[in-house]
Amino acid sequence: MRFLFKTHYNQDIDHLKHGGDRFWYGLLLVLVAAAPAALGTFYLGELNLVMIYAIAGVGLMLLVGYTGQVSLGHAAFLAIGAYTHSLLLGAGLPFLLSIVAAVLVSALVGAGVGWIALRMTGIYLAIATLAFAMLTEQTISRAEWLTGGFRGLAVPQASLFGMPLTQGWQHYYVTLTLLVVTLLAALNILRSSTGRAMVAIRDSEISAESVGINLAVYKTLAFALSAGITGLAGALFAHRLGYLSPDAFTFLISLQLLLMVVVGGVGSMRGVIYGALFIGFLPQLLAIARDTLPPQIAQAPGLEPGIFGLILVLVILFEPQGIFGRWLKIKSYFQLFPLYRRATHRRQKTYLRTERLR
Amino acid sequence: MSYLAALDLSISFGGIRAVDDVSFEVEEGEVFAIIGPNGAGKTTLFNLVSGIYSPDGGSVRFAGRDITSLPAHRIAPLGLARTFQNIELFEHATVLQNLLIGRHVHRRSTALSHLLFLPAVRREELEHRRRVEDVIDLLELAHYREQRIANLPYGVRKVVEVGRALCLEPKLLLLDEPTSGLNPEESEDMGFWIEDINRELGVTVVMVAHDMGLVSRVAGRVLALNEGRVIAEGSPAEVQKNPAVVDAYLGAE
Repeated sequence: MRFLFKTHYNQDIDHLKHGGDRFWYGLLLVLVAAAPAALGTFYLGELNLVMIYAIAGVGLMLLVGYTGQVSLGHAAFLAIGAYTHSLLLGAGLPFLLSIVAAVLVSALVGAGVGWIALRMTGIYLAIATLAFAMLTEQTISRAEWLTGGFRGLAVPQASLFGMPLTQGWQHYYVTLTLLVVTLLAALNILRSSTGRAMVAIRDSEISAESVGINLAVYKTLAFALSAGITGLAGALFAHRLGYLSPDAFTFLISLQLLLMVVVGGVGSMRGVIYGALFIGFLPQLLAIARDTLPPQIAQAPGLEPGIFGLILVLVILFEPQGIFGRWLKIKSYFQLFPLYRRATHRRQKTYLRTERLR
Repeated sequence: MSYLAALDLSISFGGIRAVDDVSFEVEEGEVFAIIGPNGAGKTTLFNLVSGIYSPDGGSVRFAGRDITSLPAHRIAPLGLARTFQNIELFEHATVLQNLLIGRHVHRRSTALSHLLFLPAVRREELEHRRRVEDVIDLLELAHYREQRIANLPYGVRKVVEVGRALCLEPKLLLLDEPTSGLNPEESEDMGFWIEDINRELGVTVVMVAHDMGLVSRVAGRVLALNEGRVIAEGSPAEVQKNPAVVDAYLGAE
């Protein structure tokens, strides 16, 4: 077990708290940076997809895991980011500017949705965001003059600093860079007063108000941030798809994003990465499993969403803190060996709380 | 002009007049207690003053400003902090984070600079941290600094909540039953802290309390409520002897 002697408050503020952190995260960065040399095109593409999912997951985690506002409509922000990026790229905007614009447009729409949804919580918020996602899907399919509707929209070739992005490894490095930037930005938010205000809203709205946090402002801000980051993922996702059509952004995508956050571990940025790996490779596992299953089951419509839903329910029931929570338990088992007890991680009883006001 | 003044405050929930024409004045620097049997309207009165409810009638003035119609998040920055009877902490955050959230009204940087964590933000964070450590020292919370609220015993949570309110650096502190559910030793400590907060930090304290021992020790003046109305006001000893108060608690003979 590591005992850390702190001599400055900066040690609590820094992202990497000690030499061990610096070593392991440095090693991870070297490994993912070297991945294109070791992996074939297919697995590099899959890893690229996992990182795109992870970016979207960071956005959703800020909203669900840290602000406590659930969203079943994040596929819409993914779509808005993807379409904005493709259209602007087609109009001749440079790659980076077009990505920034996609982020801003998604964030603006997110702020609008957040502002409208201010008075809703829990299941009502989930339904409202779901409705928003369906509305977006419908709008995209009807607005043929802009999006091409179901005929689709070809995503133009991007080029960065005069170099056309044609190879898988080029996209991989763009995604990797943006993922690192996104993670750092999200962690920066979380270690400042904005992130603490979000956590405060998650845990108790009434006392958040009483310490001077403007609920409307911070909920809207959280929605905007979350939508903007998901829009960024959408822009990258567009290049992965190559051809956009409304049925690429269905409810199943929203469900996958939420599943990623929950399975990874609500309230942890590391959980996002675990969740993205899980979501990224689950369809491969399902494809393999399909070959061995009897055809009545393997060909059943809705098998994939059904399994996603089942996993969501099982995780919420048996490991509410997801993969990250399970990892913490395994880690403390070895650190405390042989003294670990199951009760160590059991949630203490919640004391009576102030009756809900309003 | 008194520091905190409530004038003819009223609010009804359905057919029940929870607070009925209540007026009181608190002077700067005093400890003012509000007592009354269960359901007398003490907590509702607090919710009216701190902006969680808006009253049906009457007004609240604080430090020369009319705060009657301000929402809670606009009242806190004026220097009015509160605690809750049943503890409303941020359960999944550590003690340190809870206290830092209490510093929200003192933030100076914008969300955009937080994204980049500019050097000015770091300086501000360090400043918040130093102020929080002062509160941790005062309330002897150093041992629990890194612990999550969900893992803390009830008595410590009560203290953390007072600490969070102090992190706002308030001029006026509303304590809703600071000793309810505490054992005699913890109550004793809480009494000392309330005295310290009042005398050393110069914070005006208004508290709801059931514990007459605590009230007589720390409070200068007492307001007694019953069924939403004021039934007595004065020094602790006077109020305790007041026949209307005795009736309210024990029933008329």
